[in-house]
Amino acid sequence: MEVSDQRLPTATFEDLALPLFDQLYNFARWLTDDSAEADDLVQETYAKALRGFSSFQIGTNFRAWMYRILRNSFLSSRTGLKNTVVFDEEDHDSIPATDSATPESLLIDQANRELVQQALEELPVHFREILLLCEVEEMSYQEISEALAIPSGTVMSRLFRARKALRRLLQAKLQGGRHGV
Amino acid sequence: MGCEDWRNKLDLYADGELSPAEASQLSAHMRSCAACAASALERVQLKRSVAVAGTRYQPSAALREKITKTVATKPRRGFGWQWRILAVPALLVLIASVAVNWYVGRESARRQRVYSELADLHVAALASATPVDVVSMDRHTVKPWFQGKIPFSFNLPELQGTEFTLLGGRVTYLAQTPGAHLIYQVRKHEISVFIFQDRGAETATLSSGPTHTVSFNMENWTQGGLRYFVVGDVSTGDIQALSKLLWDAK
Repeated sequence: MEVSDQRLPTATFEDLALPLFDQLYNFARWLTDDSAEADDLVQETYAKALRGFSSFQIGTNFRAWMYRILRNSFLSSRTGLKNTVVFDEEDHDSIPATDSATPESLLIDQANRELVQQALEELPVHFREILLLCEVEEMSYQEISEALAIPSGTVMSRLFRARKALRRLLQAKLQGGRHGV
Repeated sequence: MGCEDWRNKLDLYADGELSPAEASQLSAHMRSCAACAASALERVQLKRSVAVAGTRYQPSAALREKITKTVATKPRRGFGWQWRILAVPALLVLIASVAVNWYVGRESARRQRVYSELADLHVAALASATPVDVVSMDRHTVKPWFQGKIPFSFNLPELQGTEFTLLGGRVTYLAQTPGAHLIYQVRKHEISVFIFQDRGAETATLSSGPTHTVSFNMENWTQGGLRYFVVGDVSTGDIQALSKLLWDAK
């Protein structure tokens, strides 16, 4: 942390932002589900971040900041999303002790990659994005909380629900697949 | 802690969000609890498959180029305001230094002009057939001679016991201002002492102190509203010694 704090004041926007390009694009594409829209979203994100870079607080997480800008841009371009985001926030402290997944029921490996991709596509955006941030970007709860602008308690509960929803989808697909064979 | 309690923490464990102490406790528990171990494994596998499946899209080369271009042309972090913060004092320093240089240059040019004029007066007087209008080694003769000729009076030092002798004096002008020109001698060298009222445009703001111009040493100072110049081809030591005598004159 000390090292990065010392580095930051002299780091250019280019130094910090360009390495995030591929992952930001991947994330944007998952959000938008459209190539042209993802391009626009990434461009808008970089343009906004560049303009806002002088107000970026040294010591805060740059990556989370970038994702937050991307996501806010996405939200404002899609007003519908805001309405779907909030429904799971109230009961984050009542995570049930057990969930539906039993260890034997779900053995996903890389052969099932397409299956997981389909399931992710079918998930509501707010579940999809938190899973991507946690699993693909390997963000900590703290980073996710910064990127999504939600409390860490909500990060935990939303992740829990997102995984539960994903498992359900996967189980349905796996069973459907078996029936099909 | 029982299995149920640990089950709540399996997600945190898989996400690496447990404290090191709790994580090692849970690891210990899983060594003896197959159900929890299997559940943890399932979570890790799910995480992994989402990570693999989620890494899916590659940006186009065109977009990469666009973004790189956008980003590369832009300045450093916070340059937008930082340059102003740096530039304003820098500009002030620049303006100040230009002003100081100009002033110093002007001051030094003026100083140079005054000194060369005094050196000219010194040389001209010595070259003249009558270097002094009042020829006297006695300060009590020379000083009253200036009365009515110049608009001020001054004190001259007692030279008894020094190497210096007074040769005499004359009225002189510097920038249309009348003053006293006294000539002293030390070891066959003549030294001019000029005394003016320190209000003339040329002398008023001159900085005091010793100066060396080509072949002449000079000293100047102000005292009691008068500006004294001591000019001669003698050593700085002699100039300083005579200056001190004049300074101390009562």
